[in-house]
Amino acid sequence: MLYIKCPHCGWRSQNEFSYGGDATVKRPELGKEVSDKEWDDFVYNRKSLRGKHWELWQHLSGCRQWIKVERDTATHEIFKTLKASEEIS
Amino acid sequence: MQKYSIFSLMKNAFSNHEKWDLAWKDPLPKKEYDVVIIGGGGHGLATAYYLAKEHNIRNVAIIEKGWIGGGNVGRNTTIIRSNYMHDDNALFSEFGMDLWRRMSQDLNYNVMFSPRGIINLAHSDAQMNVYARRGNSMRLNGIDAVLLNREQVKEIIPMADFSENVRFPIFGGLMQPSAGTARHDAVAWGYARQADSMGVDIIQNCEVTGFDVKGGKIKGVRTSRGDIKVKKIGLCVAGSTNVLAEKLNMRLPIETHLLQACVSEPVKPVLDSVVTFGAGHFYISQSDKGEMVMGGDLDGYNSYAQRGNLPTLQHVLTEGIAMMPFLSKLKMLRTWGGIMDMSMDGSPIIDKTHIEGLYLNCGWCYGGFKATPASGWTFAHTIAQDRVHELNAGYNLNRFNTGQLLDEKGLGTKTWIS
Repeated sequence: MLYIKCPHCGWRSQNEFSYGGDATVKRPELGKEVSDKEWDDFVYNRKSLRGKHWELWQHLSGCRQWIKVERDTATHEIFKTLKASEEIS
Repeated sequence: MQKYSIFSLMKNAFSNHEKWDLAWKDPLPKKEYDVVIIGGGGHGLATAYYLAKEHNIRNVAIIEKGWIGGGNVGRNTTIIRSNYMHDDNALFSEFGMDLWRRMSQDLNYNVMFSPRGIINLAHSDAQMNVYARRGNSMRLNGIDAVLLNREQVKEIIPMADFSENVRFPIFGGLMQPSAGTARHDAVAWGYARQADSMGVDIIQNCEVTGFDVKGGKIKGVRTSRGDIKVKKIGLCVAGSTNVLAEKLNMRLPIETHLLQACVSEPVKPVLDSVVTFGAGHFYISQSDKGEMVMGGDLDGYNSYAQRGNLPTLQHVLTEGIAMMPFLSKLKMLRTWGGIMDMSMDGSPIIDKTHIEGLYLNCGWCYGGFKATPASGWTFAHTIAQDRVHELNAGYNLNRFNTGQLLDEKGLGTKTWIS
């Protein structure tokens, strides 16, 4: 069982959250010419590495806010959580 | 190589079975090979076997970080089927079914292939329509499919919940009678033993630490047991695909996720086919030892842990109990997890890459075990001939660029919910 510290509500069990995938993926900028490769990287290609991973979770059965979580994909240790609006440093 | 037979069994009985040859050797890595296969799982071992058998390429090494058969080929629920709608998936899998039927004889190793049939349960009229369509597509591709009504399902699996007022009543199901199960470890060991006998070096406890790429061509591979010169490398590492792709500066349409399975305590024979729940994600069969073998959803977030988390297991077994209430009385014997290479459209990739001499075999999602022989056969062809076979042409890497996705389920790119 994971325990995730929601930046809005505090420590909550994994059961209250739903997963949203890699948080470092950025949509190509609006209004600019976008290459096929940029679309591929946005839509399909992922690093999905072993180790530290920034990812999105939604506190679905709580405040319903999207948050960013830094978690180790091998040990499940959670290092840091941020509000969705906060930049990953 | 010593042939396994009733006579060799009797002969060795006189020496208390202490004088059998080793099934495969434990060689030191050589300085140079024609082909190196990275990953000693089912697909890697099968690839090496077919390289030697079909293409007479025998100067081959399989490099495995741990021990052969210790990954997903030893962690699956042993289901073999070809009940796909799309042509590329159906023809590939049905080719594999032929190889499964002959495998014990081909490998001189009893893989205990048991074509006991698979039933996908339907829980609404709409689902029956979808299954009828899939069944028709299967039959057009020469695959056996039978649409069962509620009464017919009840005859085959009477222990399922056919009572009134259940949340997901059983309307019927789609059955592929020729589908089944096999002894998964035997598949890995059988391929390993035959590949070894044809000259393939199986090198275990050997981790790949890097690649030697010059001018867009593969020149060699660096390992924890020394550098190896080689012009062709086949990557067959399932959940570790992204870790090695990173060393090659490649980004792939793959995410690594954890899938759990479990077995109950052994009970007397109660279920003689493979059954899947149609209102969720749960599948079950009974092993020859009597254990109920069960699995379902991914844990739901990127994971390399190779061990599972309780909430998913609880969710999956809730579905199982809804389908077959007697399961609630059983004790759990073991649970375990394996890391899946989940592709963005749910279909695998067997293809060349932009690096000359680097071949890719990944993206097997939930269905890697059943694909073992067909994957090995087509991957060996792709490596030996330096071109894809028509059977794996649909499994190209370029489809994510051109938009010709092979989305059997049509669920999109959220790998953790597909």
